Amino acid sequence: MSEATGGRETGMERAVERAVEHAVFGGARGRREFVRLVGAATASAALASVFPLAQAKALAQDKPGPLEKKDLKIGFIPITCATPIIMAEPMGFYKKHGLNVRVVKASSWAMIRDLSINGETDATHMLSPMPLAISLGVGSQSVPYVMPAVENINGQAITLANKHKGVKSAAEMKGFKFGVPFDFSMHNFLLRYVLAEGGVDPDREVQIRAVPPPEMVANLRAGNLDGYLGPDPFNQRAVYEEVGFIWMLSKDIWPGHPCCAFAARREFAEKMPNTFRATLHAIVDATQYAHDQSHRKEIAAAIAPKNFLNQPVEVLEQVLTGVFPDGLGNTRNVPDRVDFDPFPYHSMAMWILTQMKRWGYLKSDVSYKKVAEDVFLAAACRDALKRLGHKAPDANSVKHTFVLGKTRVFDPDRADDYLKSFPIRKA
Amino acid sequence: MRRDRVRVLLISLLLGVLFVAGWQATTARQPKGKGLPGPVAVAATAWEMLRHPFYDNGPNDKGIGLQLGASLGRLAAGYVAASVVAVMLGVTFGLSPTLYRAVNPYIQVLKPVSPLAWMPLFLYALKDSGQSAILVIFMSSLWPTLANTAFGVASIKRDYLHVAAILQLSWWRRLVTVILPAAAPAIVAGLRISIGSAWVAIVAAEMLIGGTGIGYFVWNEWNNLALTSVIFAILAIGLIGVLLDAGLGRLSRRLAWSE
Repeated sequence: MSEATGGRETGMERAVERAVEHAVFGGARGRREFVRLVGAATASAALASVFPLAQAKALAQDKPGPLEKKDLKIGFIPITCATPIIMAEPMGFYKKHGLNVRVVKASSWAMIRDLSINGETDATHMLSPMPLAISLGVGSQSVPYVMPAVENINGQAITLANKHKGVKSAAEMKGFKFGVPFDFSMHNFLLRYVLAEGGVDPDREVQIRAVPPPEMVANLRAGNLDGYLGPDPFNQRAVYEEVGFIWMLSKDIWPGHPCCAFAARREFAEKMPNTFRATLHAIVDATQYAHDQSHRKEIAAAIAPKNFLNQPVEVLEQVLTGVFPDGLGNTRNVPDRVDFDPFPYHSMAMWILTQMKRWGYLKSDVSYKKVAEDVFLAAACRDALKRLGHKAPDANSVKHTFVLGKTRVFDPDRADDYLKSFPIRKA
Repeated sequence: MRRDRVRVLLISLLLGVLFVAGWQATTARQPKGKGLPGPVAVAATAWEMLRHPFYDNGPNDKGIGLQLGASLGRLAAGYVAASVVAVMLGVTFGLSPTLYRAVNPYIQVLKPVSPLAWMPLFLYALKDSGQSAILVIFMSSLWPTLANTAFGVASIKRDYLHVAAILQLSWWRRLVTVILPAAAPAIVAGLRISIGSAWVAIVAAEMLIGGTGIGYFVWNEWNNLALTSVIFAILAIGLIGVLLDAGLGRLSRRLAWSE
């Protein structure tokens, strides 16, 4: 590396530090006061304790340093939400970014969590509420996680057993047994949202169980579940097996909602910033590729084999192209049934946290904003998007609109009011 | 005697043929690809899998031979460790009834626990899914051997022990030449029960932890609702179980003795 580049990089590092100081101390004056009080070394250490400086510096550098580790294992659950993570192996996105990645299939979300916490996988596919919950130590030991990219938006559905073909509204679902993939899933929170909007108390008037996605169809067939809000391909698979029908697509609840995500222990991101960055680039690259409708058939063929999803290509095509039979005799054409968009808006995390609070998973009071900023690495994703030549949103937070029934808008600046606006809630 | 054997064989074959025919009859009328697969479909899958038992297409797609091999490897590790520990503890308890009675309540509490219930604890403590699975096998094959060994040693004729004492045999020689041979039939009976329960547990354990192994293979095929593969795997698991049991059965016949 020439001295000039070295100088520029040092300059860049300082700029990053200054930007962080600005955010943390509210400008240079705030910092000077703080330094005067505690001394420069302590100030710097204090800063590093709240913000991954090393990682931010690595992300901001023009040329990444050498990769700390090339052979990685990335865990996944065999569902279409994981499309970018999975396809990046057979379609060469990891290789393109200098990595030798093996994607490793896991049997349940609890296993995904434990494999990742134990360090048996380097990074992992997760449900977007999971890194938040694990970082907070809710339903897990507390391990700091980061989530630099969302995988898919939309792409889930409420599937009901064929015997419920007459059901028109959530109010008719009292007494149902529902499956969701995990407590800390968008599926659980969206299902609860739908039920509560229909006047059904999800804790008292229905039963909601955690069922690993691959086991959902078998349970539906056996009559063990009346329905589920599950990930694809298992909604479409229920139609294919003629045991259920698609009652509602999740995009008709919250258009553009996040679902699955790419996450890693914060320790991994900090100890191996260059590897972390290369992995993120591969994922973002693959996600953008998957976003393009014209690539969907090719992707379906790449991820169908036994080593990955182990599903019929036909079903995957129906999911990914959005042209599908719904099990009620209609063929629907919904191009954005599932879409892929990596940007992890802080406001998405904040919505998830309000729901964790709403349903009693999160018992203590936390700053939604701070947790969101710690875990959802919007800046890292923006950087990756721009470097790969894509457009990236400027705002870290936006308002989200829920279109089901009465339109509700989630304003991240008024999260508490939003929470209080629901008649059915635990907190 | 001989005629008896022929008759047993004939009845056995007849039952098998009847079962397969009944199975074929009930599944034949279903539209292709729907409902429970028939024996012909299973046989086709079996043929396909047995033709390439050792292919390796990456961590999530390996041949049936590799899957069974991985399971047997886990089984061996957990089972051998458990057997050594169980025989040592069993001999100790068998020789000291007071100690045995003192620890017995704990054993009774731990014994009925499904070995899988330990899994979350092991995963949390060991931070390694492979070792956790082996430990599950360990837990599942510990108790039968332990209980049988303790019982076998405790019921050794006092005379043998007295003779050994009169001959002033060392502790080690007493163990190897008197105690273990005398209790051998009981110990092997315990080992035989243990290997059965270990083989039962491994399938369930592998369904939980994933990776390579016949249990995970079943789970993975269930994923795709590929029931022909699941049925074939069940047959393979059963056959391996029979072989394991037969091996220990032979051992027990060799060690059997009577006065």
